[in-house]
Parts: sequence; structure tokens; C-alpha cells
Amino acid sequence: MRRVKKYFTASTWRGFLSLMVFVALWQLVIFLKVPYLERLPYPADVATEGAKAVQSSGYWYNWKVSMIRIFTGFAVAQIIGIPLGLAIGLSRVFRGFTFPIFEMLRPIPPIAWIPLAILFWPTRELSIYFLVFLGSFFIIVINVIQGVGNIPVSLKWAATSLGARRKDIFWRILVPGSLPSIVVGMTVGMGVTWEVLIAAEMIAGKGGLGRATWEAYTNSAFPSIIVGMLSIGLAGYLCSALIRKISDMFMPWKRKF
Amino acid sequence: MAINNQNGYGAISIRKVGKIYDPEGVHVEAMRDCSFEIAAGEFAVIVGPSGCGKTTLLNAIAGFDTITSGEIYLDEELISSPRKQIKPDVDRMVVFQNGALFPWKTVVENITYGPLVQRKMKKPEAMDAARDMLSKVGLNEIEDKYPEELSSGVQRRVEILRALINKPKVVMLDEPFRGLDAIAKTVMHEFLVQIFCTASNTMFFITHDLDEAIFLGHKVVIMTTRPAQVKKIVTVNLPWPREHHLKGSETYLDLKREVLEAVHEEAKKAFEAGEREMA
Repeated sequence: MRRVKKYFTASTWRGFLSLMVFVALWQLVIFLKVPYLERLPYPADVATEGAKAVQSSGYWYNWKVSMIRIFTGFAVAQIIGIPLGLAIGLSRVFRGFTFPIFEMLRPIPPIAWIPLAILFWPTRELSIYFLVFLGSFFIIVINVIQGVGNIPVSLKWAATSLGARRKDIFWRILVPGSLPSIVVGMTVGMGVTWEVLIAAEMIAGKGGLGRATWEAYTNSAFPSIIVGMLSIGLAGYLCSALIRKISDMFMPWKRKF
Repeated sequence: MAINNQNGYGAISIRKVGKIYDPEGVHVEAMRDCSFEIAAGEFAVIVGPSGCGKTTLLNAIAGFDTITSGEIYLDEELISSPRKQIKPDVDRMVVFQNGALFPWKTVVENITYGPLVQRKMKKPEAMDAARDMLSKVGLNEIEDKYPEELSSGVQRRVEILRALINKPKVVMLDEPFRGLDAIAKTVMHEFLVQIFCTASNTMFFITHDLDEAIFLGHKVVIMTTRPAQVKKIVTVNLPWPREHHLKGSETYLDLKREVLEAVHEEAKKAFEAGEREMA
């Protein structure tokens, strides 16, 4: 009983209502033949198309392909980026050698790497992994550097007074101290990664949600375009939710009480 | 009660200490020829104008920073001079101005951090010791909370316990109760008096609050404006354990007048110096 009550709060109803109004407006726009929007499909058509899609294996195959690309590129970016960020944040010498190159490459939007990535990597698939990697790599590195810098010196001092050695300071102070920034870097990076993935798929991909949406466009299948867009939105949302979940697991002290 | 130190550890001797920041460049002289003694088990309170170099002295004793002249001894052992600076260690614990509990550790994990990282105690033993300390001061219900869930007054008490579990010779507190309201402060003072009467640490306590200084200290060391030197040392002959009704006593008020006068002179000088620097 309690659970039911919790789900149907005033804000749930408000959300539901706003969704209904949105769909109604959508319907109205088509009905009134608003200029330039007259080819918009009816909500009902999109819903039918969506229902058809979720029953086909091709649709779920595209989900799988996109997810594998996202997680491979993203994971490699974290595995290389987090230690690199820690190293740049901790060692002035290392920072001196690496940071200028890093700062030179960072402002280049990942999408601008597409031509070079296609030429450079032996397969299209690898070039997509690489682009996804770039989408989250620079962001995680920058955030880790800042995270290390923001740890108050008093925490390090307190730890040394309490008898911590260099190794302890690293694992017990610097790593947990920069975790909040790592999570921020991952969250932002995940968003950018989806943008990059979709662009890369549309240009160079075989399969994937971005490609499917693009193919719907080349076939002028309007309802399918919108189903594709909504799927991409949902996929991005699920990935961000996953990161939030993981961050709660690793940072119990940051949970909202 | 006089100085309550049974083991006789924790005497600090500060001899002609000077500190110049950035001698080649800006050249800020924070301390000059600063000398005084703190006996083992004494509660010494340091007061002085803002930015006069009190924290500089604390950092040198703690081992966080160096000095540019003079010597500091702890129990006749040289711990700081321009040629030698020993590292921070568990015999000199600091409670920081803005608090330095580890946010990712619970209260009990914070308190047990020292003994565990030094491998002085096994985990169950450390946990027992920490819980015992917490319950003695009535904080046993918060052991599994994270620092951010606690008020700053409670955070500060936990931080003091985290220092004390290591049985340091000296506990140094850098304006630990700054920003607490007057009511919270009286609770903190009672807490500190209780702690101090049972432990036997030397206390090095920095504050701007003169009531706090007289209420807590065996002696109040008044510093001059920068470069910091000792202006005056006021011995506080109030009975221990200190209780709040003392604040109305004749002795207390006389002491306060004496301290206030000395501090005010320096504050005025600091203010005028500030005006000059601004001009």
C-alpha cells in the first residue's frame, strides 16, 4: 500500500499531465497543418512503429551494437584517463611534460576527428570505438586533475600526522578525495559520448541506433526516425542512471539522506 | 588543579623563532625572535591579531612548514630549525581550523584511522577503543554517521577524539571553535575541559576569543602584530576543572581586563599597519 502511495504523488501526476498535454499539442500541430511541420507523423503512428520495433530482433540488435560501442570506448577512456589525470594532478614534472599537448588537443571537438579516425584505423568499428573514447577521455582527465587539486591540504596534513605514509595518502586520501570529480567527469563524459557515437554511426557505422535513425531518414520513414530518436534518448538516460548507481555504490558518504 | 601531567611528556620550547615567507620575492616576515616555553601538560592559549603568524608557529611545531631562524624543541629534542625539520608524526596532533575529518569515512572509521594506519592496533581493538571514547562523551549514537551528516560542533569533537586516540604528547588546535555560536561554544569548552582533565596532553590552542582563552588556559600567550613576537604572557590562576560560574568571578574579570588591554594595543597597531599597507 505504501509503495503505491509513494509512486502516485502530486509530482507524478503533474509529470503525467504535462506528458499528456505535450502529446495533445503534437497532435494539434499536425491537425492544424502548421507550416513546415505538416509531415510530422501522428503520435499514434509513432507508437505503432515503436511497438513494431520492440518486437523485431533488428531493433534490439541496434541497441546491442550501440551499447557495446559506448561501453568499450567509455571504459578504455576511464582506464587510461583516470590514472593519467591523477598523475598530472600529482606530479608537477609530469604535468609540465604532458599538459601542454593535452590542452592543445582538448578543444578539438571529437566529431572533428571523424575523418582522421576513419583513415587511421583499419576497421570502421575501431574508428567508432576511438571516437567514443575521445568523447569521454578529455573530460575525465580534466575532472580528475581538478578533483586532485581540490582536495584540501589539511586532509593530507591530518593524514600524515595520523601516521599515513605516501602510499596510504594516495590510496586513502587522494583516490577517495577525487572520486566525486571522477563521477562528475563520467556523467558529463557519458553525455558527450552518446553525441559522438550517434554522429559517428550516422557517418561511418554499420548498425547501431544512430545508423538506424539515419536509415529511417534515407527511407523517409518518419515514424521510425522518431522511434530512433526516442530510443537514443532512453539509451543515454539509462547509461547516466547506471553511472549514478555506481557512484552511489562507491561513495556512500555522498548519498542523499 | 595545577598542571596535570603525570608522565612529563610534551614540553615545548620555542627559542628565537623567525619565519620569512618568500625571502627573495615579496618577503613577508611572519615571526621574529619569538620565544616562550610550554610546560608538559600545560594548556597554553595563543592569541593575537589575525594574520600575525600564530598558525605559522603551529605549522612549524606540527612539521607542516619550516622556520627561517631559531629552534623549536619538544622534550629537549630539536624538532624544527632552519637546518632540521622533523616530519609530522603522531606525537603532535593537529585539529584544523576548518575541520579535516575524512568525508568518506564514518565517525568511527575516522577515529580508528590513526591506530590502524600505524598498525598499532588490530581493527576490533581500535573499534572498541573508539566506541569507548565516544560513549564517554555521550556521542555513541553517531559512530556510523558520515561527517557531513553532523553539525560542525560535533564534527570538531570527533576530530579531537581522532587526535586523542593516538595519545599524542601535544594537541594543537587552530581556532577549532571558530564559527560556532556562543551556546555551542560553552558545550565545546566543557567537552575540552573534561577531555583535558582525563588526558595528560600538552595543549597548544589558538583563538581569537578572549573568554575562551582565559576559561581554558593555564596561560595566555599574547602575540604582537606581524612579525609575531610574544607581547605578554598572562598566567591564569583559576581552579581546575574550570566551571562556567568562574566567568563571573573577580579574578576572571581582572584577567580579562589585562588580556583585553594587551590585545587591543596590538589590534590597533595591526589596524594602522593595515591602513598603511592599503595606502
